[in-house]
Amino acid sequence: MSASAPSRIGQAQATSAITRAISEPAEVRWILISIAVFFLVVFLFLPLGVIFSTALADGIRVYLRTFRDPDTISAVRLTLLTAAIAVPMNLIFGVAAAWAIGKFEFVGKSLLVTLIDLPFSVSPVVSGLIYVLLFGLQGLLGPWLIAHGIRIIFAVPGIVLATIFVTFPFVARELLPMVQAQGNEEEEAALTLGGSGWQTFLRVTLPNVKWALLYGVILCNARAMGEFGAVSVVSGHIRGLTDTMPLHIEVLYNDYQFVPAFAVASLLALLALVTLILKSVIEWKAAQQVGGDFSGETNP
Amino acid sequence: MSIRFKQRSIMPGFGLSFGYTLFYLCLIVLIPLSAAFLKASKLSWHQFWHIVLSPRALASYRLSFGASLVGAAINLVFGILVAWVLVRYEFPGKRVFDSLVDLPFALPTAVAGISLTTIYAPNGWLGKPLAAVGIKAAYTWVGVAIALTFIGLPFVVRTVQPVLEDLDKELEEAAASLGAGRFQTFARVLLPTILPAAITGFSMAFARAVGEYGSVIFIAGNMPMRTEITPLLIITKLQEYDYAGATAIAVAMLVVSFALLLPINLLQSWSSRREGKEFSPDAPAAVSLEPLYSATESR
Repeated sequence: MSASAPSRIGQAQATSAITRAISEPAEVRWILISIAVFFLVVFLFLPLGVIFSTALADGIRVYLRTFRDPDTISAVRLTLLTAAIAVPMNLIFGVAAAWAIGKFEFVGKSLLVTLIDLPFSVSPVVSGLIYVLLFGLQGLLGPWLIAHGIRIIFAVPGIVLATIFVTFPFVARELLPMVQAQGNEEEEAALTLGGSGWQTFLRVTLPNVKWALLYGVILCNARAMGEFGAVSVVSGHIRGLTDTMPLHIEVLYNDYQFVPAFAVASLLALLALVTLILKSVIEWKAAQQVGGDFSGETNP
Repeated sequence: MSIRFKQRSIMPGFGLSFGYTLFYLCLIVLIPLSAAFLKASKLSWHQFWHIVLSPRALASYRLSFGASLVGAAINLVFGILVAWVLVRYEFPGKRVFDSLVDLPFALPTAVAGISLTTIYAPNGWLGKPLAAVGIKAAYTWVGVAIALTFIGLPFVVRTVQPVLEDLDKELEEAAASLGAGRFQTFARVLLPTILPAAITGFSMAFARAVGEYGSVIFIAGNMPMRTEITPLLIITKLQEYDYAGATAIAVAMLVVSFALLLPINLLQSWSSRREGKEFSPDAPAAVSLEPLYSATESR
């Protein structure tokens, strides 16, 4: 009993010596934290701050008046419509791609993954341009489309297509690593027990990857509602018709209508903040689920 | 046995899921992309080079690549610092800072553009003090570099952070017990370990910045030959109905961004190999959803 006390003190001293040896003096720590915080405040908090302070500069009533403007309302509506089409399309694709790539072995798999990622490395402006070159007046299919009275460029279909292109990889990208990590054993068990393919997918695969799926959808949605460059090329900027929220912000800003511009911007900034909060929540939930799996418990 | 396209499996649905993946990929990505190359192929070599190497285009490349390099370099230094501080130290509001690092990915570029312009305009929150010391930020290349720093901010932080988290304390203890000072340990032990991840983040930030449009055009001033980025030049040519010119420059940009993909992929496999071998040999893949956009954007 008495012999163990000094050794424990010795141990504590040794531990604190190690801690000291592999950490920095308090003043160095303080300086590093200050520089990092300063950098983040300048680059992240100030932009957020200026959005809300300019939007509310003339009071809440002027702020709210922006959203009674018919052009603003139509921009909000078009943005919601675009996301409502683009996100489900890419969701279906993401699930199909994750299933094909994650559950099977075939030749050319890594090439396929690279091709799926391609839209992320294309400049937004170029993403819009390729649709103009395909469907525009001067484009490859332009004359045929005109002969049949179909408008894609400078109309809503073009905006939707460009948005689908820039948000193309999001769901697949988030889902694929999770589907791969899960392996095939659980599905094979379900199939052996007589489950059909769809049953296996809905009851076994989907619950396992639900957080990654949700995460991909949220990221996809944020980008779909906020896309500017690609949509700007194909939209034609017809006020009240083909202006999405980001394009409407540009129009207002270039008209020196700063308060309305920042009012619309504040909605998109709120969307971004909600996205970040959801992302944190999902990461926490997913970590919990993985933790539960490791300790041998089944998740309810 | 001959080589088969697909390995045998009892899992159902390969035909449907693979077929749909390929169909949708062709429809949305491959066919439209090849339209650009097809259109460009109608130009002769001479015409193509004449457009791509015109003085105005060259000036735009200098600005786009130069400012992207500056932005990515700032992010390399501060990204490592921010990742270090977020992993190693405790301070009030740390979790908020950590979550907000992803803001540049979540905030629409046009919103970022107008807010940065307002901050750095001559009468803005930071534009005024900068002007007082003789630095004109908005409407110059400095403004372009600031916007590109903003949009590339998360990359280095998010690639370095997991490496620092997985780092084995024993390495540092060994260095310390062998008589290394703290700075020496950082420079000789820690920095080489996080460098592959940091360079990966750097090149992702650079690749993203080169093509960026929305956050830059408000703050740039957009003067031909001086503050006109390459994506804007494409838009300008489109608005002048110069489809051939726009296509040629777009194809040049596409070739550059595809060329950047290869080193980025190599860097990424290099850094994940290092990480995997030295620190977490049997860590289960994708335990967390950590890769977020860093794994997505421009990979």
